[in-house]
Amino acid sequence: MYSRRLELSVGAFVLLGALCLAFLALEVSGLASTGDNGTYRLSARFDNVAGLTTRAKVSAAGVTVGRVVGIRYDKATAAAIVDMEISQDFAEFSEDTSASILTAGLLGEKYIGLSTGGDPNNLADGDMIYDTQSAIVLEELIGKFLLNMSSEK
Amino acid sequence: MIDWIAGVGRSTLSQVSDLGRASLMLMQAIFGRSNVGVYGRLTVDQIYAVGVLSLSIIIVSGLFIGMVLGLQGYTILTDYGSEQALGQMVALSLTRELGPVVTALLFAGRAGSALTAEIGLMKATEQLASLEMIGVDPLRRVVAPRFWAGVISLPILSLIFVSVGCLGGALVGVSWLGVDSGSFWANMQASVDFFDDVFNGMIKSVVFAIVVTWIAVYQGYDLVPTSEGIARATTKTVVYASLAVLGLDFFLTAVMFGEI
Amino acid sequence: MTASAFVEIEDVGFRRDRRVIYDGLNATVPRGKITAIVGPSGTGKTTLLRLIGGQLKPESGDVRVDGVSVQSLKRAELFQLRKRMGMLFQSGALFAELSVFENVAFPLRVHTDLDDELIRLIVLMKLEAVGLRGAVDLVPSELSGGMQRRVALARAIALDPEMIMYDEPFAGQDPIGLGVLLSLVKQLNQALGLTSLVVSHDLQETLSIADHVIMIANNRVAFEGSPAVMQSSNDPLVQQFLHGSPDGPVRFHFPAPALEDALS
Ligand SMILES: Nc1ncnc2c1ncn2[C@@H]1O[C@H](COP(=O)(O)OP(=O)(O)OP(=O)(O)O)[C@@H](O)[C@H]1O
Ligand SMILES: [Mg+2]
Repeated sequence: MYSRRLELSVGAFVLLGALCLAFLALEVSGLASTGDNGTYRLSARFDNVAGLTTRAKVSAAGVTVGRVVGIRYDKATAAAIVDMEISQDFAEFSEDTSASILTAGLLGEKYIGLSTGGDPNNLADGDMIYDTQSAIVLEELIGKFLLNMSSEK
Repeated sequence: MIDWIAGVGRSTLSQVSDLGRASLMLMQAIFGRSNVGVYGRLTVDQIYAVGVLSLSIIIVSGLFIGMVLGLQGYTILTDYGSEQALGQMVALSLTRELGPVVTALLFAGRAGSALTAEIGLMKATEQLASLEMIGVDPLRRVVAPRFWAGVISLPILSLIFVSVGCLGGALVGVSWLGVDSGSFWANMQASVDFFDDVFNGMIKSVVFAIVVTWIAVYQGYDLVPTSEGIARATTKTVVYASLAVLGLDFFLTAVMFGEI
Repeated sequence: MTASAFVEIEDVGFRRDRRVIYDGLNATVPRGKITAIVGPSGTGKTTLLRLIGGQLKPESGDVRVDGVSVQSLKRAELFQLRKRMGMLFQSGALFAELSVFENVAFPLRVHTDLDDELIRLIVLMKLEAVGLRGAVDLVPSELSGGMQRRVALARAIALDPEMIMYDEPFAGQDPIGLGVLLSLVKQLNQALGLTSLVVSHDLQETLSIADHVIMIANNRVAFEGSPAVMQSSNDPLVQQFLHGSPDGPVRFHFPAPALEDALS
């Protein structure tokens, strides 16, 4: 029947669109992996965050555990404070956890790596990490290298 | 066993056609005036004509563009030893730019020109005038259903294009060139944000849909009713719609992703 | 304003681009009668029908249908008025994507709540009247030009309007079809009291059924009155038209510079 076949194909078309939207949400943008059980917030103080952006990933042992949600400048200490949202699934970072800014590949994007320590107490929502290692700035490295070269002469 | 399969098939079919009627009802809600049943029905007919019939070109183009992105991206990214970023590159270019833009350009060529020619021919053969004399407003009877069908169909086609493109990129990158499947998808998921990328891409697509369909129906309704006039208007539809899409894309990109 | 006039055209001026089509056109179409509109090709007979239907607006003057000024109506009111008119277009103008049946049923479906059974009955009756009941399941592209025009006629009378405007209903009809259509126009007029406006180049045939004739030539009404008066008129313009002589007050040629000038 003509009109029923037409209805059917239009219905299938709309359905296909919905499936694609679901695919884009779940598989492509990984919408489900964050915020399943909610998140909590940690902050870290760095001397230098050059190249880090919001939405950069936060990983521990190579596993993505959260995301950078804000970067601000702290006048009092002249340092950068990075706010991170960590998934509740990874709630067990000890109080002496250290954070460093790492680079994916040689020129890849910057991300934050957390490595947990041995303290029995865990970090809670709103806590600050002080044990940090700043971003490596390529220009500074090259500058140092050149300085060494010239002083060796 | 066979009966059972047939039963599942039947119930799936009836649910799918329910969905068709539901979109029809949505249309009626949008129009919300007298005779809405008829106009919703006409819109569904037109979604078939401009949407369903454009599926094949959209799927094939999406697949190939995704595959080309995978291939090109791989050769460039291996130079920097960061081929694991392939998923991210493919998905971001598709969701932000290529999906909405290429779909809109293909749509202008495939469906927009057909809309113009069809309305133009109805004008040239006095069908529009004769509708008017029967006391039916051709703007509502002929133009409105086609407009809404375009506005609904193009974003759906764009979603399909992006999805197929990502799969095409994965096919080349993961299955043929050997990028690790886990890091391909994980990288993609880590860098693509649903609201910033997918959703913004869809907003672009809706804007393009309105503009392209509007140009197409307007050119058809307004043309000089001769065979030459129809040919000219069809060309105009494709040219104007493409230019409008590219120009608007720059503007929207600047607003959505740029810091300007 | 006489009570018996259905359409009154008062001092209408109309131009296409810069070319004057009418300059002070005055005519009336009597209610319940058959009015023939005749005149040389390109003088604006179709244009007149479109003015009456409100598809074109006069530059000056007034077109009144049943006492209402057509050009002053709002869009919705105009569509309301048009339900009371039927129009047969010069080209037929059938809806290409609908079957013959659906074409004739179209006005009924959009303007009435009749059930399918009744619609089917009416459509078949109308098609029978134009002799095309057998073509009910064909689509317009499968019909000849003359057949298309007859289907269009069936569609125009589907709603039983108060007035029908026929734009050259007899063109492309064989002598039998012409005879049938002539008597159909006459029957519709007599049985239903329809006001009928017939534009036609088949002069003698049309005059044989018409009660009233409006002849348009040279941007104005050259003659208005009964067919009998027209036949006996000694206006040279009317005589030239009736006898089809190439020379006379009516120009056969579209306005142009003299041929010698154009060729040299
Ligand atoms: N769309 C248009 N644009 C410009 N001029 C037009 C248009 N339609 C008609 N005309 C001009 O208006 C004049 C009257 O046209 P109309 O169609 O009313 O003639 P007609 O009397 O019906 O002729 P015919 O008997 O050949 O059908 C013609 O000279 C034509 O050139
Ligand atoms: Mg004409």
